[in-house]
Amino acid sequence: MNFKSTIGLEVHFELKTKSKIFSPSPVTYGAKPNTATNVIDWGMPGVLPMVNKDVYRLGIMVALATHAHILPTTHFDRKNYYYPDNPKAYQITQFFQPLARDGYVEIEVHGKKKRIGIHEMHIEEDAGKNTHGTNGYSYVDLNRQGVPLLEVVSEPDMEDPDEAYAYLEKLRKIVQFTGASDVKMEEGSMRVDTNISIRPAGQKELGTKVEMKNLNSFEHVRLSLAYEEKRQQQVLLSGGQIQLSTRRFDEASGKTVLERVKEGASDYRYFPEPDIAPDHISQEWIDEIAKTLPKSAAERYDDYVNKFGLKPYDANVLLQTKESSDFFDGAVAAGADPQLAANWMNTQVNGYLNDHRVALADVKLTPEHLAEMIKLIKDGTISSKIAKKVFAETIENGTDPKKFVEEKGMVQLSDLSVLEPMVKEIVDNNPQSVEDFKNGKDRAIGFLVGQIMKQTRGKANPVVVNKLLNQELASR
Amino acid sequence: MKITEDTIRHVAELSRLEFGDNEIGKFTAEMDSIINMANQLSTVDTEGVEETVQVVDRDTVFREDKAEHWQTKDELMKNVPDQANGFIKVPVIIEKDENE
Repeated sequence: MNFKSTIGLEVHFELKTKSKIFSPSPVTYGAKPNTATNVIDWGMPGVLPMVNKDVYRLGIMVALATHAHILPTTHFDRKNYYYPDNPKAYQITQFFQPLARDGYVEIEVHGKKKRIGIHEMHIEEDAGKNTHGTNGYSYVDLNRQGVPLLEVVSEPDMEDPDEAYAYLEKLRKIVQFTGASDVKMEEGSMRVDTNISIRPAGQKELGTKVEMKNLNSFEHVRLSLAYEEKRQQQVLLSGGQIQLSTRRFDEASGKTVLERVKEGASDYRYFPEPDIAPDHISQEWIDEIAKTLPKSAAERYDDYVNKFGLKPYDANVLLQTKESSDFFDGAVAAGADPQLAANWMNTQVNGYLNDHRVALADVKLTPEHLAEMIKLIKDGTISSKIAKKVFAETIENGTDPKKFVEEKGMVQLSDLSVLEPMVKEIVDNNPQSVEDFKNGKDRAIGFLVGQIMKQTRGKANPVVVNKLLNQELASR
Repeated sequence: MKITEDTIRHVAELSRLEFGDNEIGKFTAEMDSIINMANQLSTVDTEGVEETVQVVDRDTVFREDKAEHWQTKDELMKNVPDQANGFIKVPVIIEKDENE
């Protein structure tokens, strides 16, 4: 019997704001427990939550980037649940009137293009973080309580784990390039829940769905969905029934494990949040935000490949993060040759970041520095070899490349009136190399270049030296 | 709407409240009369009246995204019955895995 899978995804993004969604507590990552909270986060009596305007702004950016319809009127609702990660005993979310509906993301899987619908997206608050001890206690840190989240709910449009994977990659890239979120799975700024049901081919009504939460990588999403497809098929084929349940992916065994069976769906007793006024989102504001929307990864890719002539591979490496793409754009805007800038970004800069385990934002190198250095290489002032020294100094200490080159006397020696007599002298002193050259030994040139480099302490322009040597040797 | 003992048991469980058997009967009767009182509202004709989610006359109240420190950890943790290393200490809350 053949089965068809139906997959839907819920993705939470932490929005990049300075303060929380309903209180001015700072949004931090890695701060000491319970140091970034206030009375609103704790839900103390008499406090008044107030909506952070930037949470809407960033959410609207994502809505625009996914072609979603932004609702002109929204409001917040209370989702009631008792759990120590949230001292209010309810989460403030948007249940009845979300930020936006009916968006889509385009994916390409197995050579086929497909649109995956976005059912809705809404803004809400995150809960605190629990750590479970082995001594019968759990430990709660409320720093994350009230951090703004955008939840993006897909339509159940995906039919296999590869489509789910492609959707996640695309959605992540879209959100990343709006700048609305850091989209880091490992830091929890992007979190994925999936649900999957299967049904015999030809059957119209969907099967019972199983939900999986807290998947910590895209690969786990793919593996767990693939496992579920098989497991559910076996259950159905052996005459069993699928339970409406939540399962989790066990990394070690590669299997999914039952967490709990769901009884009765909506026990959250949602009702409109009485402390927060309804929000009207004007078209003028949306238009204003649309004007500030950064170029998408797809648009940038098009520029890189078709305008700058970069190889698709190089373009994709630059587009791995918005930061590196922004940096590259900055260097090109400052006058750098795009191909050279891409080469430097993808080899030297990335190499440095990997070796030192730092982010682009943490180093002192600026796009202007990179552009200046590339100009120095291009106009022959410094050799690529010297450039590596300049680069090491600039990225480490933020030293201006031009100034550094001048101060250290690193300017490349291209002056013919100096190099010509030097070449003659070296050739005169090495008759054996002349002999070797005439016998077709290319190594002879390398040896002579080395002699000149030695004499000029590496400053001679290798291109000029090679040219002069060839001329001189040919004339002998 | 008729409030039954099962409704009360269900709501109590959701609210993490424990009632004795004699209390269930009492709350069922009380809750039933409260709900019925509130149900008088449904006799009002609301045909054509737009639904509202707010009774206070406010609209679109935003705050600028500015981070401020209000209370210190120590001030807030005064309300915490049990703590350890800056964390709030609570009885273990993970749900037990039932492997299939």
